Amino acid sequence: MIEVRDLAKRYGSTVAVDGISFTVRPGAVTGFLGRNGAGKSTTMRMILGLIRPTRGTALVCGRPYRELADPLRRVGALLEARSAHPDRTAYHHLLWLARSNRIPTARVHEVPGMAGREPAAGRRAGGFSLGMAQRLGLAAALLGDPEVLVLDEPMNGLDPDGIRWLRGLLRDYAAQGRTVFVSSHLMGEVAQTADRVIVIDGGRLVADTTVAELTAGGSLEDAFFRLTEGRRE
Amino acid sequence: MSVAAAARAEWVKIRTLRSTVGALLPVVVVGVGLAHLAGTSMRDARADGPPLDPLFPAFYGLTLAQLGVVVFAVLTIGSEYGTGTIAPALLATPRRGVFYAGKAIAATLAAAAVALVTVPGAFAAAQAALGPKGVGVTAEGVPEALVGAFLFLTLMCPFALGVATMLRSTVRALAILLPVFFLGSQGIANVPALKPVLQYMPDQVAWVIMHLTGPPGDPRFARDYGPWEGVGLLVLWTAAALAGGYLVLRRADV
Repeated sequence: MIEVRDLAKRYGSTVAVDGISFTVRPGAVTGFLGRNGAGKSTTMRMILGLIRPTRGTALVCGRPYRELADPLRRVGALLEARSAHPDRTAYHHLLWLARSNRIPTARVHEVPGMAGREPAAGRRAGGFSLGMAQRLGLAAALLGDPEVLVLDEPMNGLDPDGIRWLRGLLRDYAAQGRTVFVSSHLMGEVAQTADRVIVIDGGRLVADTTVAELTAGGSLEDAFFRLTEGRRE
Repeated sequence: MSVAAAARAEWVKIRTLRSTVGALLPVVVVGVGLAHLAGTSMRDARADGPPLDPLFPAFYGLTLAQLGVVVFAVLTIGSEYGTGTIAPALLATPRRGVFYAGKAIAATLAAAAVALVTVPGAFAAAQAALGPKGVGVTAEGVPEALVGAFLFLTLMCPFALGVATMLRSTVRALAILLPVFFLGSQGIANVPALKPVLQYMPDQVAWVIMHLTGPPGDPRFARDYGPWEGVGLLVLWTAAALAGGYLVLRRADV
């Protein structure tokens, strides 16, 4: 469960997120839609305690992220594809993450996405393609077998096999009663994978509903433009 | 989430990067090597020259070798910002103080291990090279100077780490720290007008601790404090740098 209440972030005179409230419930895949600069990444980073909100609160598992003990065991997050040190092997990247949250080393060897026992895990992350970097980021998110997933554009760079694998994984996680919150620009992918969608535009919430409801009158893409077009200036 | 777990994670980070060896191995090699060279050259000095301090050649090389510790410390936090690993690091350890403490502990222990090899090694190399002019470990002032040199080389790590955390960048931190540690060795702190202030800079404090300010008894090189006050000053510098880094990190958006 993720609960966002009146969350806002201002940088000087620029308003990145303008007081949004929503709840991401367990047992469903919730898509997070918006243009570049709409405030998706800032919102996710505020939920995860990386960015300090100007006002409002964000709770994960009922608490501010910063107050979670061993947070990787509760929440898995992917923010940037390339967030491993280029000189460090994928295995060692996962290993330090495991140590920080007292996750057994055995889990590093078997984590989905890029298990430590796969040959690729012994290579330095700097040589990875975007798709491999993304798989390493997903492995890092899944390392603690978390009950909440927060993923920013996780499909980026994945090949068709990777996309199919990830779609199945997100559906499975939701079916197990976990909370899955995924931002994406790929409307078709969201329509196929998500149960609910939250749409933001210009830092404000414009929709928080089910995919079925939004696509009743056409495609999700049409609905997205209908929702956000009126706000273009 | 505990400081111990954070420190263990930081230790994995330190030992899995080639840059760690690249920065810390030269500390040992340069520290011991220059001590041997300086000792050899002083052994052959003329008998009617200025008086000899047998500790001078032991520690002179450390003023250069310390730069490896500084680079290592700056990289441990600077590379997190440079490569974007700061985000997963703070997702794993969201309490900024716990993350920072874990990093400072792991890095300082690594620096201490290097200092534990380098300082006795440099002393032994210098005394061996000095031959009959050398002194033993138990000679007057030697144990204190050895402990002081060890503390200096170790404390440079958290000091530089704090400065780099304040600046959030490897390049900016090195651009400030390297001149500070080089200007002192150019003797600028001996300029009478500047000495009252510059003698308290961290590199100058280190010179006092390690008997490097100049021939003993020469007023031009005298300082207003002794080696133990120097260690105290170094602790204060380190505490100030660490506190400054924490104040920046505590509020930083990542």
